[in-house]
Amino acid sequence: MNLEFDRIMPSLPYILEGIPITLKVVAVAAVIGFVLGILLSILKISRIKPLNWIADFYTSIFRGTPLVLQLMLIYFGSPQILGIQIEAFEAAFLAFGLNSAAYISEIIRGGILAVDKGQREAALALGVPYSGMMLNIILPQAIKNILPSLVNELISLTKESAVVTIIGLGDIMRRSYIVGGETYKFFEPILFAGLIYYVMVMILTILGKVIERRMRRSD
Amino acid sequence: MIKIDELKKNYGKLEVLKGISTEIAQGEVLAIIGPSGSGKSTFLRCINMLETPTDGQIWFKDQLITEKKTNIMKVRQNVGMVFQHFHLFPHKTVLENLTYAPMKVKKLSKAEAVRQARELLTKVGLSDKESSYPNRLSGGQKQRVAIARALAMNPEVMLFDEPTSALDPEMVKEVLEVMKSLAHTGMTMLIVTHEMGFAKEVADRVLFLDEGLLVEESAPTEFFSNPKSQRAKDFLEKVL
Ligand SMILES: Nc1ncnc2c1ncn2[C@@H]1O[C@H](COP(=O)(O)OP(=O)(O)O)[C@@H](O)[C@H]1O
Ligand SMILES: [Mg+2]
Repeated sequence: MNLEFDRIMPSLPYILEGIPITLKVVAVAAVIGFVLGILLSILKISRIKPLNWIADFYTSIFRGTPLVLQLMLIYFGSPQILGIQIEAFEAAFLAFGLNSAAYISEIIRGGILAVDKGQREAALALGVPYSGMMLNIILPQAIKNILPSLVNELISLTKESAVVTIIGLGDIMRRSYIVGGETYKFFEPILFAGLIYYVMVMILTILGKVIERRMRRSD
Repeated sequence: MIKIDELKKNYGKLEVLKGISTEIAQGEVLAIIGPSGSGKSTFLRCINMLETPTDGQIWFKDQLITEKKTNIMKVRQNVGMVFQHFHLFPHKTVLENLTYAPMKVKKLSKAEAVRQARELLTKVGLSDKESSYPNRLSGGQKQRVAIARALAMNPEVMLFDEPTSALDPEMVKEVLEVMKSLAHTGMTMLIVTHEMGFAKEVADRVLFLDEGLLVEESAPTEFFSNPKSQRAKDFLEKVL
């Protein structure tokens, strides 16, 4: 095996400039996914059956079809649905945000159900309204317990974000592919992209461990 | 202060409370005793509407709280509850456990809530624990914090559901002492308990529940020395 990294050396900065693009997609999608995921999980545990159905239907759609298809539907379908062509960034935020909301809502639902029933009763007995009970008492405990799963979700989001390549966003993946096309050397730039993803995932893993340890203080 | 009329509670086909009526005066201390599964917890939990009664009425200070339009959150602010398993908020310190509801619900300022919380912690003998997390406390300490947390809302009634049943024997006394001194302040208290000695000493009245019915209701001296019903006699024979 002969690796010729010197041929692509001049292009490495160009690939590295894809990092902020990837991070932007991941960050915005994670926020959308988390907030919407909390809302969906609350619908899922509601006693009102139609709310359960809506949330379950939502989840089944986004889990039942490929992510790359969802991305293409949103991006290429926007002129027909909205009457305007949305930007690649917006399509990426939407597709990844809506998709991870489906997964995150399942994780959070499990976390909420695992919190001791007595916590809810103790809060209610003090006259705390439902919203406060959820936000201040139940969710913090639920999220602490599911933190490893949430970090996992963030990690797969980071890796999956590479499919934005197909709608033309200049992320790490797309840039390494372009460099490959220009230099007729695909192996090295894509290997380099792999290294970047790996480092990002490792950083997330360590970050998750640090947060987890800090939250375990009360154990 | 509290009037209960023909209170019934079913879980599906299971009739847990079969029509219970009684009245509780301000400052009264009630001991609620009876065999396991007789409906004591359910009875207590109906009073702050943690369980919705199937039938019957409950008045709290002339307000019919079993009515649909009653703001049950408002009522709960005046009814403190202490659970067998404490249910302290594990992610909050002792002090935060006490200040959370007064700040959130009663909109007390933080300074005021903290001042009041510290006062209560002193009363239950735990002022040195304010920045500990609940998992660092013994069972007896947890239950004293739970009592202080309920008192922080300044309730007019306190409900206790077997507050010492989950405790190691050597910790029962410290919790009963706190409850005793609370009784002396004139707090209205409903206590589900298996501590017969405590009931005899502190209660003004004993309610004996069996199979969802209020079988007997009398002063403790009377109840313990001279129970009227056969069921109460059988029960006392077993526990005393
Ligand atoms: N949420 C519930 N669903 C179904 N049955 C219940 C529920 N809570 C209590 N019960 C039943 O009601 C009966 C009385 O329970 P409880 O009030 O807890 O009795 P006690 O406190 O006197 O031991 C028991 O038979 C119990 O199994
Ligand atoms: Mg009970």
